[in-house]
Amino acid sequence: MAEPIVRLTGVSKRYERKGGTAVTAVDDVSLDVHEGEVLAVIGYSGAGKSTVVRLMNALEAPTSGTVTVAGQDLTRLPEKDLRRARQKIGMIFQQFNLFRSRTVAGNVAYPLKVAGVPRAQRDARVAELLDFVGLLERAHAHPEQLSGGQKQRVGIARALATNPPLLLADEATSALDPETTTEVLSLLRRVNRELGVTIVVITHEMDAVRQIADRVAVMENGRVVEVGDVYDVFSAPRTAPARRFVRSVLHDRPEPDVLERLRHRHPGRLLTVLITDEPDLQKRVDEAFVGAGVRTELVHGGVSELRERRLGSLTYEATGPRGAVDAALAALRAAGVAVEEEV
Amino acid sequence: MEGFLDTVDVYRTAIWQTLFMALVSLVASGLLGLALGIALYATRPGNLLSNRLVFGVLGVLVNIVRPIPFVIFLAAIGPLQVAAIGTTIGTNAVTFAISLAAAFAVSRIVEQSLVNVDPGVVEAARAAGASRLRILFGVVLPEGLGPLVLGYTFIFVGIVDMTAQAGLVGGGGLGQYAITYGSQRYDWGVVYVSVATIIVIVQVGQFVGNRIARGVLRR
Ligand SMILES: Nc1ncnc2c1ncn2[C@@H]1O[C@H](COP(=O)(O)OP(=O)(O)OP(=O)(O)O)[C@@H](O)[C@H]1O
Ligand SMILES: [Mg+2]
Repeated sequence: MAEPIVRLTGVSKRYERKGGTAVTAVDDVSLDVHEGEVLAVIGYSGAGKSTVVRLMNALEAPTSGTVTVAGQDLTRLPEKDLRRARQKIGMIFQQFNLFRSRTVAGNVAYPLKVAGVPRAQRDARVAELLDFVGLLERAHAHPEQLSGGQKQRVGIARALATNPPLLLADEATSALDPETTTEVLSLLRRVNRELGVTIVVITHEMDAVRQIADRVAVMENGRVVEVGDVYDVFSAPRTAPARRFVRSVLHDRPEPDVLERLRHRHPGRLLTVLITDEPDLQKRVDEAFVGAGVRTELVHGGVSELRERRLGSLTYEATGPRGAVDAALAALRAAGVAVEEEV
Repeated sequence: MEGFLDTVDVYRTAIWQTLFMALVSLVASGLLGLALGIALYATRPGNLLSNRLVFGVLGVLVNIVRPIPFVIFLAAIGPLQVAAIGTTIGTNAVTFAISLAAAFAVSRIVEQSLVNVDPGVVEAARAAGASRLRILFGVVLPEGLGPLVLGYTFIFVGIVDMTAQAGLVGGGGLGQYAITYGSQRYDWGVVYVSVATIIVIVQVGQFVGNRIARGVLRR
């Protein structure tokens, strides 16, 4: 495989607090971002996601470890070269962070000015970018005259001004409504597919992961606890923290209040089966229940798509003679079906 | 009103002196205070040119000088006036004193305006690879310009106040005119004309400042 565009090796970041205590925001993280992919960094608040991303464009310097971007070890660069490196890494923000003192065009032109691009070239590039994000006619507007979605599109145009091969997005859609989120996500997807820009998105929204991510890194307490293909991590998380997080965003098990109502209506035992895209999964489930002489009633759940593959969960009420449900559970597990009993 | 009619020429000169003192002081203290305020903002711990020592020294200096009442400051600054202007009386000496006194007040207003600039915007400029000075002058200052102009307007009122106080030490201007030809001769017409003129000057300054600020803020 080609050289990763970003490589973190044993990276830690500690912040000293007043009073002598320290927070380890990032704790011994090793992580590769592959060229051309969209990597989602997910995890609960305070997990260290923003810090990891800010290490990638050297807005923060690691306490230990190395950060390599496009083959360049950022931890060894003097400030002047760091600035040049940052010119080749785009970044967008939750609050957009547009310059209020500049027009839309002025915002997009800023990184080009910083990079020393001559006026004529700059103007052409700004027009090209605004056209790409669909805001050419708003070039002379001021940021406060734009909607949130439009602001983020300006943010994206500004971040892409210098043609960076890498774009970092810190909660870029968290301040937007669902519809606008979808719009911005599909723009980011175009940035990835059409322009070949590698994107790292921080998010806590399942929709964002679902719509654009190829791979996902799950963070907890400053550590990356699991990295992998989005489908693999969501359908079969290997670690407890990843499982916990995946569960909370997928809602693959009935919530406590739902469970309460289900129990009320359905006196039998409740079994939740994870539905993956294995072709004969339904057949195996049916055979296990029928073979054990258990009758089932579908009471909760659903199936949808992740990365164009089937994923979901179904909760059954299982009833049958003494010992039959246990036998069905054993048969399901023997057949490789992921099943949990709701207790 | 005879007193006023007899002294119209003095009155006219006094207006010009007041305007001269106020505007020159505004520009001089504006520039000096701007430099000081930028230094205070930039050297603040965690900011672009974070420097605890410089920030601490400047902070103490400003905190000591700023609260000194102007008339006392005026007296205390005598030797400096002699060194710089050659005298402690007259419009020039007073203008020098006002410029200096106001600069310290301006510095805090500048610092406040800049501190209130959204740090996210600084972050965006940093992420674009801009240098610290470029961020300071190309981003922070323009982003803080609206409040800055309002702050200067506020200072202008204070400066006009100082020009009037300067009348007590022979600084010239409407303050001295009101005292010499007004209150000391019990000619209240002269006093009220002076007061009205000062009010007009302040109002015009306020109006212009608000206008400019609104233009900058586009509101
Ligand atoms: N500049 C800083 N100084 C001190 N502590 C910090 C600093 N930046 C982050 N931290 C701490 O480091 C930890 C990780 O913060 P970080 O912002 O990376 O989390 P996050 O995963 O992005 O959270 P969120 O989802 O809330 O944005 C937190 O405990 C935070 O308080
Ligand atoms: Mg964050």
